[in-house]
Amino acid sequence: MELIFERSVAGRKGFDFGKSDVPVHAKIPAKYARAVDAPLPEVSELDVVRHYTRLSQKNFSIDTHFYPLGSCTMKYNPKFTEALSRLSGFTDLHPLLAQLSGGEKWTQGALQILYELEQWMCEMTGFSHFTMQPLAGAHGELTGIMLMAAYHKSKGNSKKKYVIIPDSAHGTNPASAAVAGYETITIPSNKDGGMDLEALKAAVNEETAGLMMTVPSTYGVFEPNVGEISKIIHAVDGIMYYDGANLNAVLGRCRPGDIGFDVMHINTHKTFTTPHGGGGPGSGPVGVNEKLARFLPISRVVKRGDGVFALDYNYAESIGYISSFYGNFGLLVRAYAYMLMLGKEGLIDTASHAVLNANYIMKKLEPYYKICFDRICMHESVFSASKQAERGVHAIDIAKFLIDQQIHPPTVYFPISVPEAIMIEPTETESKQTMDHFIAKMIEADKLSQTDPAAFKEFPKTMPIARPDEVKAARDVKTSFFLAVSPTHAA
Amino acid sequence: MEIEENFLYTKEHEWVSIEDNIATMGISDYAQEALGDVTYVELPEEESEVEQFEQFVSVESVKAASDIYAPMGGKVIEVNRKLEDTPALINKDCYGKGWIAKIDVRDMDESTNLMSAEEYRNFLDSLAH
Amino acid sequence: MNPYITNTPQEVGQMLKDIGVENIDALFADIKPEHRPKSFDLPAGLSEYEVMRHVTGLSLKNNVHVIPFIGGGYYDHYIPTAVGALTSRGEFFTAYTPYQPECSQGTLQALFEYQSSMCALTGMEVSNASLYDGGTALYEAMMMAIRINGRNKVIVDGGVSPIYRKILKTYTHHLSFQFEETPVVHGQSSREEIYKLLDKDTAVVILQNPNFFGAIDDLTDIIQKAHSVGALVIVSVYPVSLGLLKTPAEMGADIVTGEGQSLGLPLNFGGPYLGFMCTSKKYIRKMPGRIVGETVDAKGNRCFVNTLQAREQHIRREKATSNICTNVSLCALQAAIFMAEVGKNGLRAMAQLNLDKAEYTKQVLSKIKGVEVKRSAPTFNEFTVHLPKDASQVVAAMMKKGFAAGFPLGRYYPGMERYLLVAVTEKRTREEIDRYAKALLEVLD
Repeated sequence: MELIFERSVAGRKGFDFGKSDVPVHAKIPAKYARAVDAPLPEVSELDVVRHYTRLSQKNFSIDTHFYPLGSCTMKYNPKFTEALSRLSGFTDLHPLLAQLSGGEKWTQGALQILYELEQWMCEMTGFSHFTMQPLAGAHGELTGIMLMAAYHKSKGNSKKKYVIIPDSAHGTNPASAAVAGYETITIPSNKDGGMDLEALKAAVNEETAGLMMTVPSTYGVFEPNVGEISKIIHAVDGIMYYDGANLNAVLGRCRPGDIGFDVMHINTHKTFTTPHGGGGPGSGPVGVNEKLARFLPISRVVKRGDGVFALDYNYAESIGYISSFYGNFGLLVRAYAYMLMLGKEGLIDTASHAVLNANYIMKKLEPYYKICFDRICMHESVFSASKQAERGVHAIDIAKFLIDQQIHPPTVYFPISVPEAIMIEPTETESKQTMDHFIAKMIEADKLSQTDPAAFKEFPKTMPIARPDEVKAARDVKTSFFLAVSPTHAA
Repeated sequence: MEIEENFLYTKEHEWVSIEDNIATMGISDYAQEALGDVTYVELPEEESEVEQFEQFVSVESVKAASDIYAPMGGKVIEVNRKLEDTPALINKDCYGKGWIAKIDVRDMDESTNLMSAEEYRNFLDSLAH
Repeated sequence: MNPYITNTPQEVGQMLKDIGVENIDALFADIKPEHRPKSFDLPAGLSEYEVMRHVTGLSLKNNVHVIPFIGGGYYDHYIPTAVGALTSRGEFFTAYTPYQPECSQGTLQALFEYQSSMCALTGMEVSNASLYDGGTALYEAMMMAIRINGRNKVIVDGGVSPIYRKILKTYTHHLSFQFEETPVVHGQSSREEIYKLLDKDTAVVILQNPNFFGAIDDLTDIIQKAHSVGALVIVSVYPVSLGLLKTPAEMGADIVTGEGQSLGLPLNFGGPYLGFMCTSKKYIRKMPGRIVGETVDAKGNRCFVNTLQAREQHIRREKATSNICTNVSLCALQAAIFMAEVGKNGLRAMAQLNLDKAEYTKQVLSKIKGVEVKRSAPTFNEFTVHLPKDASQVVAAMMKKGFAAGFPLGRYYPGMERYLLVAVTEKRTREEIDRYAKALLEVLD
């Protein structure tokens, strides 16, 4: 399909701003003016509408396809949350209004949402305070680690150098720790999918700043020794960080703040169904207990004695601004509306059915794919396509087969310690019908791997494109219509 | 898994061939296969000084990025510029045309820290288990 | 209640039987009693109607009816209806990160077009697929510059947004850089102050155009001087201004960042926004964030993929260029569609309207006794005025008259309590501007 630039015809206009109604025609002095207009497209509005509508039709999405990506929680995005996020009382609200003197008067609706979200999130997770500022999950992780660092600095714990992570950790964990100035130590998992406690004890000492983990782990298994682990870390005044990516599995059944964690982040685009958007924007609110509360970023939203919601910047030990304003408000409205609708029982049902659905799929696929952990899983299950790989059919081939079946593949090759990993998370919003269809297709893939393994190399064959040449993309780099980069070396 | 008999090896899968005090180095067949199709090589600056086992090169493929360490300490006197346009040389001929850099060796005794071809072969066997 | 869970009790029963457990609680046996919640005291669920009513009521408690002359980096621009209509398509916004390119060509091609448009706008050679917002993009650019030349002194011009500077400080106070800020001037960057600090230890100089006070500049001379000592230069820009203003590429900038909210994104009380980053092709591998590249498929058809992923967290983990996982795909899509709709001709027209209306506003305000429009530098659509009274009080009084009169600079600049930052976009009619001036006259009396 052509690029929008290839559609351009010189002189075409898409949008007319109308005539100026002011009696001024100003000119930028030549030395400050651009020499040549930006070569943006020159197309009509109809061109734009057709082009992007047709592009959208090339995507798989939750609205169109089953999307069981492990670790991503691709649950249905309710339409009413979209409608609410588009109300002009939210979309037209300038963020600086709230920072004007007395500005809370004009932004009470927005501030109330931020305040109540904090209350809901605290009660759901067992923490005492939340900040909505982080703009993505990884951003939340970084914020949480900076809170950890601020804590250690305030206590004069100058030896703290290392953050401990399990081998099943998502790549953002060690990356976030490194950005915050820590080195990471990786602890292996045992054969049951839990952390190897002996290895942990050997690694923990005075230099341990803290530990980052998710419960259940990316293996889909609830860490049985979480109490032990937090004791070991707290004994050296380390901070326990909970990666909230898998919160969907434990809502209402377990709260990270109750089981020894000091700080966590939530991925609202996972658990609270703010839309994934094709890869963002996300939102990563961070919760803390009293140990870390005084370091939270500013501003914070408070409810004054007179019942008025307001921004408060008066926190002497705060780490400061971690983003420009109060968080991705447009997404937070959706999360808020979703929580209100679900309420206590609806939230508990979420985890119940997320775990039920994942176990159902696991049980049905067990005879065909190698299971990694022979036990009940939580909201996702991890398989290895090792049996199929022996026949020459790898996890990626099975993924491409599924695409031809109009199913978005599960996550493949993560966690990295499982060879030929296939991680399946159906979420609670999928029906038995949909799952049965998926199961049938996975069984079909296994059969085909026995009868005609070579066929997989052609898949997918029904999509607008076949398998792309990713090596060429990285060697002959072209990232703009206007310029080919090619392999070049840094100066 | 190919191994050049006359070269020396490191635990990080670099090979080195030393002649007249000049050490020519690259990565082994095991390494290039693990990386997959090499898409980019970040070469060091000529005339730069490097310590034995210090990271001085970076090799990227689609699925991985690998730090490459100097097998001997000294001054980098030449880098293989052909890798800029054809990084695939590392996959095609890792012990020959896919060489990465030449180092003017500071201390020949450092070669005792390296493995012979036989020792490297045993090392690779131990990794497989 | 959770109306999105639709399996019937019969279906649930069947599934439990297939799994081999009595009930759903049995699936949570791994959570020991001591790990159960200490409380889970939340309100009962509501119907869709009840939630719509409640949240709509909250939206009505926000004052969006004042006429906005407030900017500070975030502007009330007109967003063509087609932008929202297209990005509302579920195929775009309920899709995920394009890890499987064959079923994500929509998102991938749109991001490639976004990258291309950003290159067209800024004049730079390459762009990434977006970062969280203008402030965090500036931080990422600073870290990138430091990675490139390995030095550790950073010079930030006082005209760079104070909000961005606060973010930079938060992220770096634990790192061992030397962080220098040049003093604030209404007009253009102080060459004298910058050159005093510029030396061979300087990794990067950070500038903004137009600066926070609205002043525009040609930064070529500062950039050349920085390059002469081996320092890099980042310029943070306001994208709509590039309809008329000299591009950072023409000035010689190494990295360009900024806030893309003005490219078709609503104000949304602070987010989601759009951080953009563009640079020279020689630095592409040092750039954080996702990058979409062009390639061919097995049949030779042109297609698009996430590329250069070896820099990113899911491969390099602790050695990644950044910890960033997500970009702001949907926002980048909005910007791409906006830039396609407005187009080459429209952007210049839009920028001209902004300039003209701002210049007209300056004229009418200058006629008010006591109001001094700062003229030490030319401006685009935002400028600074000095008032005879505390600006916060003036703003509060103007709110009562139906105008968000501007941003009182005293909020971020102690000592500047009488200065007001005024923004005027293409949406402000002559009539609104005249009424604004009249209201201000009344308030100052």
